[in-house]
Amino acid sequence: MNDRNIIVRRLTRRFGSFTAVDDLSFEVGRGEVFGFLGANGAGKTTAIRMLCGLLRPTSGEAEVAGYDVARKPEQVKRRIGYMSQRFSLYADLTVNENLQLFGTIYGVRRRALRERIDEMYRKLAMSDLRDQLVGDLPPGWKQKIALSAAMLHRPEVLFLDEPTGGVDPLERRRFWELILDAAGEGMTVLVTTHYLDEALYCHRTLIMADGEMKALDHPRSLMEAHGARDMDELFGRLTRGGTEEKTVAATPSADEENERKEENV
Amino acid sequence: MISVENISKRWGDVVALESVSLEAGRGEIHGLIGADGAGKSTLFEILVTLVRADSGRAYVGGYDVAREWRAVRQNVGYMPSAFSLYGDLTVGENLAFFARIYRQPVKRVHELVGDIWRQIEPFSSRPASKLSGGMKQKLALCCAMIHDPDVLMLDEPTTGVDPTSRSEFWEALRGLADRGKSVLVSTSYMDEAAKCDGMTLLHRGEVLDSLRPTDVEGHYRGTLYEICTPDMTLNSRLLELLREWSLCRGCYSFGDRIHLGIALEGIQTETVQSYLRAQGVETASIGVRVAVPTVEDLFIQLTSTPETESGGPEPDLA
Repeated sequence: MNDRNIIVRRLTRRFGSFTAVDDLSFEVGRGEVFGFLGANGAGKTTAIRMLCGLLRPTSGEAEVAGYDVARKPEQVKRRIGYMSQRFSLYADLTVNENLQLFGTIYGVRRRALRERIDEMYRKLAMSDLRDQLVGDLPPGWKQKIALSAAMLHRPEVLFLDEPTGGVDPLERRRFWELILDAAGEGMTVLVTTHYLDEALYCHRTLIMADGEMKALDHPRSLMEAHGARDMDELFGRLTRGGTEEKTVAATPSADEENERKEENV
Repeated sequence: MISVENISKRWGDVVALESVSLEAGRGEIHGLIGADGAGKSTLFEILVTLVRADSGRAYVGGYDVAREWRAVRQNVGYMPSAFSLYGDLTVGENLAFFARIYRQPVKRVHELVGDIWRQIEPFSSRPASKLSGGMKQKLALCCAMIHDPDVLMLDEPTTGVDPTSRSEFWEALRGLADRGKSVLVSTSYMDEAAKCDGMTLLHRGEVLDSLRPTDVEGHYRGTLYEICTPDMTLNSRLLELLREWSLCRGCYSFGDRIHLGIALEGIQTETVQSYLRAQGVETASIGVRVAVPTVEDLFIQLTSTPETESGGPEPDLA
């Protein structure tokens, strides 16, 4: 069995004259928690969309869970999970209805689904919440349930796009413990965050700016190599290097608009 | 400049704020630190006279928010947590619109917030909806400042904004405070607390603590230890073992390290090591040292009770 769940080779995506992702190459192993950091407009979202099989690369290639993202996007989508803080669950459905819905969408068989949902209730000690509307839950619970929903089909690779915004510190830690548990069981996790301290939960961190990879290593090794006291300093040093003009080009989200039009969902 | 005395507010059965008090002086940045659902937005809405408190008093710029709401509105600049500019107007048009409402010349933006305006001026003809998160917030700040208010109320201005833009935004706030503005700003990023002059930690409608960033260590009860392991594979086992320890008053992962709170003073780091050894852990490669608590550690300590430690569902869903 291949021990690398994500293989990215010279991955590039252009929107007109704008290069959103520029010649990106990296690999992520089974059971690895991989941090994906960069300013807004650095190219993270574009890269993730390509890895999820939602957007075709302009050039280069990527393999996720053993399948080429451009040639076999449907195979890729079946083997990945995705969770984002912005959208994850339906607020006007109950916890149980949400889990049923997501489980069925991902094609989990009825019996397996029931077992997995029960197991999840036990693990999170939340069977009392099963008939509550998701919209009435505190943010910490919503996030834990969203994460569980994204894992019901036991994906090989889990994409987490800013999963922890707005959650209190204790909940944020519990959430990370769930992520690390999942990784411990062999799931590959790729996570983006704006909380730089969270990079330290990752085995390795890739820092992107202007569509390019600026650094890739264990966060503590990166800090040491760049003589930075903390992640903030490291991030500032690696991402603020661009010229004013480059920053201007990378900031607008007009290009994200093009991206939406071109997506092949 | 901002004085809040025992403000309470309920929405039906839900307690949004329970006897909240805080003070922020002229030229001060006061942070309202808490997660979603803590009551931060409700407090802002009361202070900018959009919502009436059930009880308690509050003064903004010297005016009573309940009785002198007109004067309060003249003296306060407010940035709600949802982006509230016009997405289909350009950057320049949005600014002109707010200037017109407050009967100010648009050019005034240069003298009031010139340094921030210069960062977005290159995008003047771009529709506001096409700006990046950080740029949108800078534009919103310019619009909130156009009538030169003495007090600024900013509800989660940096949520979802990348770290670089966040620190630029905070530099801008510091500049405004240096010119005598009072700023009340809420955030769920605990690291931003260090950039405030004073802060109020808010959790489920109640004040957990009010302090200066330099006071965090003094407010933390007991001693905090940081435990480093060679790689993270050991961490989940250590967390489990330490949480069972009778001396443990909170134990959680902090990135690749573990933070352990012990209520007793003067426990040697060696004691932690020997506890782990007694549980059968090979401790030669495990480092234990006393750590300086951060705002997050304090927040966690104040929100952890033995009941919530067990991870059960919380009944009061705010």
